Amino acid sequence: MRPTASLLLLVSAIMLRPAFAEAVDPYGYPFVDPLEATVLGTPPPYRAELPEEVPSRVRQLLIHPRRPIPEIFWYTSRFEYSVAAQPGRAPLVFVIPGTGADYNAVKTLIMQRILYKAGLHVVSLSSPIHPNFIVSASSTSVPGLIQVDAEDLYRVMQLAYRQIGDRLDVSRFYLTGYSLGATQAAFVAKMDDERGVFDFDKVLLINPPFNLYNSARILDDLFDNHIRSEADFNALFESMMTALAGAFQQTDAATIDEDLLYQVYRTNPPDDATLEALIGLAFRFVEANLTFSADVMSDAGLLVPRGVNLSITDSLTPYLRVGLRTRFEDYATRVLYPFYRTQNPGVSFEDMIRASSLQAIGDYLANSQKIGLMHNEDDITMAEGEIDYLEYLFGDRARIYPKGGHVGNLDYRDNVAYIIEFFGS
Amino acid sequence: MLETRRRLAGVLLAGLVGLLCGCASAPPPVMIPGEGMVSGAEVMATPSPINVYDPIEPLNRAIYQFNAVFDDYVFLPVVDAYEFVTPDFVEERVSDFFSNLLEIPTFANSLLQLKGERAGRAVTRFVVNTMFTLGFYDLAGARGIEPMPEDFGQTLGHWGVGNGPFLMIPVLGPSNLRDGTGILVDLASYYFIFPNEVTDTLAYKAGVYVLYPIDRRRNIPFRYYQTGSPFEYELVRLLYTQRRKFEIAN
Repeated sequence: MRPTASLLLLVSAIMLRPAFAEAVDPYGYPFVDPLEATVLGTPPPYRAELPEEVPSRVRQLLIHPRRPIPEIFWYTSRFEYSVAAQPGRAPLVFVIPGTGADYNAVKTLIMQRILYKAGLHVVSLSSPIHPNFIVSASSTSVPGLIQVDAEDLYRVMQLAYRQIGDRLDVSRFYLTGYSLGATQAAFVAKMDDERGVFDFDKVLLINPPFNLYNSARILDDLFDNHIRSEADFNALFESMMTALAGAFQQTDAATIDEDLLYQVYRTNPPDDATLEALIGLAFRFVEANLTFSADVMSDAGLLVPRGVNLSITDSLTPYLRVGLRTRFEDYATRVLYPFYRTQNPGVSFEDMIRASSLQAIGDYLANSQKIGLMHNEDDITMAEGEIDYLEYLFGDRARIYPKGGHVGNLDYRDNVAYIIEFFGS
Repeated sequence: MLETRRRLAGVLLAGLVGLLCGCASAPPPVMIPGEGMVSGAEVMATPSPINVYDPIEPLNRAIYQFNAVFDDYVFLPVVDAYEFVTPDFVEERVSDFFSNLLEIPTFANSLLQLKGERAGRAVTRFVVNTMFTLGFYDLAGARGIEPMPEDFGQTLGHWGVGNGPFLMIPVLGPSNLRDGTGILVDLASYYFIFPNEVTDTLAYKAGVYVLYPIDRRRNIPFRYYQTGSPFEYELVRLLYTQRRKFEIAN
């Protein structure tokens, strides 16, 4: 064990004291504060044992061969996904990553390792709001309407299976997703029940936001409540860098990696306001990628004035700066809703929001025995009452943990055991 | 693919022309949701850590794309081939050998920054590693004397020289005028240290200009466009600038 790891163990043990004191809580995930859980995930000593690396290949699909690709997206015209194949006959599981993540994101790779360990062929896609999906796979280039995004995902799954199916010995099909990917997976599952292409046997939803718009508003508020001006933003950035520089100076570390970040956290634990701002900032960056990419692809005029063709030598820095100040609501009202209205005349903005909520398919979720739910009581992306409603919908198919924040406990021992049990049995 | 390359050649040329007439660096106009259109320059006018002094940005961006394509078609395939034919053990010996040679500029630059402990560390590492393993194994590192690299860019920074304009160097990647100068000075210093009989040999040139870059690329996990963000150039520029700030301060 590396010295940092044992230090962490010590620190975590100290942090754990209140939980030990209660002694009624058998769930040993270390972070009691959901913000900490969301930012830090699972510290190494608490992680389940998983294969270090899984043999996987990246594959590409040309989904819209006639679509003109804007010059600045020349590198991402093909949809990319990864395949981790078992040597013999096995079930195949599709993984839909969280908000803006791709097959290579940290949490998607954790999912891949868990599911591979469970003995499945693992096909990891990218989120419909990841720029690669927006440019290469989305039918509309303006993601955010879950029904349409699920349709796009469903098509991508079929094309991917057509590309790789011959080389895999597949016994049956499963589906899973985490974060926004879980919400989308629920809609894909319903679609597949009606059309029967894969006939999924098991579907596991991990920390799905109940309503995309509510969750986006919560995360946007985390940022805006603390970062009210560019001066606030600059101050946050400076304090982050000072903390990082301090840790950098105290160690022999030549690179900035996870260990160093844990160390920064240990020597200089940020208060909740900073944690909230950091979570908000991470979300804002994903949003900036989304709104800018969707805007360029659809010429919607949200950040880039209509008719401006950006070349690869143009500076995009002003768009990043404005993008970091833009809320999901701006995108929803100025890009998504006008688009939605052309397709569904007479609908209101509220109708559109309701259609992208799990409530829209509540009856289906309540009755579909193959769908399981794994969630956390303290998930920060859930509005008041949403967890209770999901618990009511899923009944004994819901596994709700007391701690973990938003997907922070994904590779905690108990959670991994549950995922493996869900798909393995 | 051919089309991509042709487009890139065109773009590189466009960047060069832009640089020569100095007219291509005005950022394009921007919409601010709810407010309307403003010029890119207006958005950039307020201070932000995201702003990095980058007066030849169009050329730098063109070189960034060139580097991405070069990485894909030349650099990484060569690194893969090297890893395929060379046993891991040998690759690590090569890495250790080059790291050991880097102790020479580290020593010189530690002295120039009046950092006695670091200079001593560099000498210790170089002598121990060279005497016992000819530099092919980092014996000192295995005994806990870790490398603390210092380069001439850091020396300049230590004495107060600012970043200067950001530079995207072909093949090498992100840098700035100060650090780019540093690289040249450190490289040139080997020509003073080693006699011409060494530096004139094909082996020396092959080592410095072929094997060293391959070894270095092998040890850098960065892959172009893997962030998935259209703002990757901004990210790389920002992180490079911040990292150098740390390295100079420490």
